[in-house]
Amino acid sequence: MDILDIARWQFGITTVYHFLFVPLTIGLTALVAVMETLWLRTRKPEWLRLTKFFGKLMLINFAIGVVTGIVQEFQFGMNWSDYSRFVGDVFGAPLAIEALLAFFLESTFLGLWIFGWDKLPRALHAGCMWIVHFGTLASSWFILAANSWMQHPVGHTYNPETGRAELTDFAAVMFNKVQLVTFPHVIFAAYMTAAAFILGVSAWLYLRAGKRERIKIEDRPMYRMGIRLGAWVVLVAGIGVAVSGDFQGKIMTEVQPMKMAAAEALYDTEESCAPFSIFTIGTPDGKEEKFSITVPCLLSFLGTGSFDGEVHGINDLREEYRETYGQDPGAAYYDPSGEYTPIIPVTYWTFRYMIGFGVVAAFFAGLILFLTRKGRVPTSKWFGRMAIATPILMLLGNSAGWIFTEMGRQPWVVFGMMNVGRGVSPGVSTTEAWISIITLTGLYGVLAIIEVGLLLRVIKKGPDDFEEPPNPALRGSDDDEDRPLAFAY
Amino acid sequence: MELTTVWFTLIAVLWIGYFCLEGFDFGVGMLLPWLARDDRERRIMINTIGPVWDGNEVWVLTAGGATFAAFPEWYATLFSGFYLPLLLILVALIVRGLAFEYRHQRPEAAWHSWWDRAIIVGSYVPAFLWGVAFANIVRGVPIDADKEFTGTIFTLLNPFGLLGGVVTLLLFLTHGAMFLALKTDGDIRHRARTVAVRSGLAAAVAAVVFLIWAQTLTGNAGSAVLFVLAALALVGGIATAYVAREGWAFIGTFACIALAVAGLFVGLFPDVMPSTTDALYSLTTSNASATDYTLKVMTIVAAIFLPIVLGYQAWSYWIFRKRISMHHIADAELETAT
Ligand code: HDD
Ligand code: HEM
Ligand code: HEM
Repeated sequence: MDILDIARWQFGITTVYHFLFVPLTIGLTALVAVMETLWLRTRKPEWLRLTKFFGKLMLINFAIGVVTGIVQEFQFGMNWSDYSRFVGDVFGAPLAIEALLAFFLESTFLGLWIFGWDKLPRALHAGCMWIVHFGTLASSWFILAANSWMQHPVGHTYNPETGRAELTDFAAVMFNKVQLVTFPHVIFAAYMTAAAFILGVSAWLYLRAGKRERIKIEDRPMYRMGIRLGAWVVLVAGIGVAVSGDFQGKIMTEVQPMKMAAAEALYDTEESCAPFSIFTIGTPDGKEEKFSITVPCLLSFLGTGSFDGEVHGINDLREEYRETYGQDPGAAYYDPSGEYTPIIPVTYWTFRYMIGFGVVAAFFAGLILFLTRKGRVPTSKWFGRMAIATPILMLLGNSAGWIFTEMGRQPWVVFGMMNVGRGVSPGVSTTEAWISIITLTGLYGVLAIIEVGLLLRVIKKGPDDFEEPPNPALRGSDDDEDRPLAFAY
Repeated sequence: MELTTVWFTLIAVLWIGYFCLEGFDFGVGMLLPWLARDDRERRIMINTIGPVWDGNEVWVLTAGGATFAAFPEWYATLFSGFYLPLLLILVALIVRGLAFEYRHQRPEAAWHSWWDRAIIVGSYVPAFLWGVAFANIVRGVPIDADKEFTGTIFTLLNPFGLLGGVVTLLLFLTHGAMFLALKTDGDIRHRARTVAVRSGLAAAVAAVVFLIWAQTLTGNAGSAVLFVLAALALVGGIATAYVAREGWAFIGTFACIALAVAGLFVGLFPDVMPSTTDALYSLTTSNASATDYTLKVMTIVAAIFLPIVLGYQAWSYWIFRKRISMHHIADAELETAT
């Protein structure tokens, strides 16, 4: 493997790994804030117990999100220095703003939330979690704006003298049309993921209630609250994901038609009523098709919004791209091979996995709502299996979506401007790159085992008993010197 | 003032913030094996930085992001050139950050001691390597006409660079001890003060040699003044620690780090990364910078949000202002045992 291959693998591994934790963090901060607020409103002890329980799980997950995020920030400069030189003017700004606006907010207020149970008035304490959630949204906004710019570069000019993209319109970058559909899609998917997690964990505890010492049978109503909250949010956010995904498909067909064609392994242009292929046996590269299930006209609808819209095929698009981009848009950044097609099996299948896993997860959540309706007690083995499968499906769906988005953009790293091979650091040796990919991947493997072990351990113990947390607003002053801290490491 | 100068200054401010803040939490981590006598004391030490270490670390993320945005060429050359040291720093920050959050999740002594090791190594490595990296930025490294770093890892391990590492390590150690003396109570507070005085003296010797050397390499009148003030602040810090004025002592090391880093940046200006190959190839605030428009956008954002960030970070320090001592730590073993 040469430096480019290593750098690409490394980017894929570190980013997909980061994004296993990110959606859970985004969604769990919101849902924990909701639970704490519900406790303040209703004073039902269950909500506080759930707040603390899922708060603990959220923190274990958050920690890995933070430390893998640091790698993200550094790796552009380390492995992709020519890319960084080329795009820094446009791309650096959202990254810097993300740190300034979002990361400070998240880390400071999370510290206040963790350690502040006995120091902050209750409403302010719950407010801290809301602020953390707001921070994750801000973080997502800026990072996705940066990524959307790579998918559809706007608001800049190319300066041949410096050989760099230069920012001309910051608002255009922030409100890129790709960004406007990507952000809701990613956030809804994150809510789905975290809700599925709450659903799965609560159902698991529900089924174990009475069978283990700490998981008491009288707590079943509490686990039921978790199951129903989770399932409802999965369904509602699922609608958001589907609607925003549909918009994304249209924008994608417009700005990156090759990606849509590659998602469908559609080689020849369909002038109208292009079918959507659900499943193909044979060679998905389209050379030979043995068996396939297709929905007539659906692809046309997905791509253009009309059942008889025209969808361009890969072969035509390659010619088109050669004409458009044959002329080098930025002297040093052009790839003379003229190969503008991503790896079709990857785009074809990841697109299906993303949608498929999400749809199945939403279906499970609906079924679980039905099974637990009006106080019914689900007993079937399948109830537990479905509940546990739901969050796993969501995690896989998120990863598939990103692998599709990023691999489908290939060979561009910045669409229409910079070929991925031109972005890699010229000064970094393959030895250095190997050291770094092996170290980080090995470390990530170990950390994954530790994190999953810890999550399972906390889950198996179940929520702690209810204990009214200290309320500093009720006390005169902070002269309670001798009490142990409400939270200490 | 030109916007590139504004951003050079702001990046200096971000690095100063980072070293002054994460400096003490590195110090606390480095002191873990030396200062604490048992697990409860280790927990006290970790709790002093518990609510703030992550916020402190964000200063470096912001510095990195701001460098990417304001001086893309500097970001690209620096991060790809200092590849292996940065990788080591990353690994250290990863295991260290996780250790804080995961250590208390299980009661077993072996679990605790593994994460303790992660905290210790994860604090020593960056405390040393950031110094090496900064010393090399000041000293200059081989950079060619394409703005590419042409050296190897061994280029960075020169005497000046290594001395820089020793200086940051000792300074952060002292800074951490001052912080512990300020934030704890009882026996550990006194021990922390003793350590602070001793390591402070060692740091003072190393820092004076290093700063004089730096002054001869890139210094000017401004940096000379700042370096002298930094040395005075350190001496003041040590003296006030000796007479048990912990607040002033901590301010002393804080000011010393801030002034020394400021001096290095003042000496560096207008270069951001001098080339030892040919002065013509040096990266400067003008040939490494982003366009004026980007800088303008960033200036507006920074002018609005930097004060807000400072405000709530200060508020969080205020909330957690109380000293922590033995009776504040409940019995973890009882609490977490299944
Ligand atoms: C859709 C949202 C999203 C996406 C696409 C990314 N991240 Fe992320 N990131 C988050 C959403 C997020 C988050 C949920 O906001 C995290 C998790 C924990 C945290 O503090 O914020 C986070 C953490 C996090 C941190 C640590 C913050 C801290 O210490 O508090 C950094 C430096 C980054 N990210 C940087 C990146 C970069 C450079 C990415 C691009 C390749 C990236 N993230 C993709
Ligand atoms: C968090 C969600 C993301 C995931 C899971 C993800 C995933 C991936 C994957 C799998 C690749 C490898 C593609 C390939 O090698 O063909 C890649 C490439 C890349 N992505 Fe993303 N990405 C994410 C977000 C981002 C964002 C937000 C940015 C920009 C800020 C970004 C920038 C890049 C760059 C620079 C590459 C270059 C390497 C390459 O194209 O091979 N990615 N990403
Ligand atoms: C009805 C179903 C869905 C449709 C039509 C859909 C559509 C799309 C499209 C077209 C993209 C590519 C956007 C681009 O390249 O710019 C995408 C990306 C993505 N999808 Fe979906 N999606 C659906 C369901 C899901 C589900 C259920 C999940 C979560 C499990 C998910 C997670 C993602 C993620 C994380 C990305 C990458 C980030 C992005 O660019 O938005 N999607 N989706």
